[in-house]
Amino acid sequence: MIAAIAFYLFAAILIASAVMVVTSRNPVHSVLFLILAFFNAAALFLIAGAEFLAMILVIVYVGAVAVLFLFVVMMLDVDFSAIREGFQRYAPIGGVIGLVLFAELIFVFGSWSFADNAAVLRLNPMEPGVENTRAIGRILYTDYVWLFQLSGLILLVAMIGAIVLTLRNKPQAKRQDIGKQVSRMGSVNLRQVRSGAGLAELGIERPPVDAPAEKPKPIAHDHAHGGHH
Amino acid sequence: MLAIGLAHYLTVGAILFVLGVLGIFLNRKNIIVILMSVELILLAVNLNLVAFSAQLGDLTGQIFAMLILTVAAAEAAIGLAIVVIHFRNRGTIEVDDVSTLKG
Repeated sequence: MIAAIAFYLFAAILIASAVMVVTSRNPVHSVLFLILAFFNAAALFLIAGAEFLAMILVIVYVGAVAVLFLFVVMMLDVDFSAIREGFQRYAPIGGVIGLVLFAELIFVFGSWSFADNAAVLRLNPMEPGVENTRAIGRILYTDYVWLFQLSGLILLVAMIGAIVLTLRNKPQAKRQDIGKQVSRMGSVNLRQVRSGAGLAELGIERPPVDAPAEKPKPIAHDHAHGGHH
Repeated sequence: MLAIGLAHYLTVGAILFVLGVLGIFLNRKNIIVILMSVELILLAVNLNLVAFSAQLGDLTGQIFAMLILTVAAAEAAIGLAIVVIHFRNRGTIEVDDVSTLKG
């Protein structure tokens, strides 16, 4: 009884916040309602007994994806009122397609049932007494280890792709040139020094300054130095 | 076994899916809200997988829901990166302008 009340409450908030996500005037409000929707979906997962997925949903979606959306929405200086121009124009066709899709889904669910031997055909039956996280861990790292590795590969590719897409090479940025650093000759010399002696006492001079031909942009260099003073 | 009937979960999933599709139609120009609608659609799919998994007592559905979660996170990251560079180049995120990319 209490589970049913909780289910209806969370489902109602989930659907209401999903409506607000798609119809909200301000994208920041959309993101915040998306976060609310994710929280309520996590609660529905909990009611279904999928505790690990509920926690993953909160951590990954709310903690990473929604915050990423929030960053991008707030970072881009977009005139959102101009973007909403086509809202009224596309509403009827969107509503018709949504209704057709929903009717089709209801038809499918209405005329469908489990196979008679569905209980026998289960691939990874839940054992009674084993909690959800332990049961998932048992099969995720053994039977589905390739799927697990594939997830890691997908995330790696996404990370590299996002970095490559958004990386900008500024011409005034100072970078370390390791090849030049390693191959420089004559500017550093190695001496055997007496311990306890000072530099001036030993007569060690400063390293010689590079020839001016080696400096491609002396003006930019001086300008950058001027900023520090 | 589910405490609530499977049909309830499937109905919530179907409504969520339809709302996601509707969001793509309503916000034709705002690509950020389109990405959020895609997240809603993937959430609906996850809800269905978890509901079936709990109903059948089979953990495979939850494993696949985790894969979908991963793919959704990767898709959001890549999509938002594309939005950012498109905004940097064009100064707007209207989807209509993307057609100028075609050769």
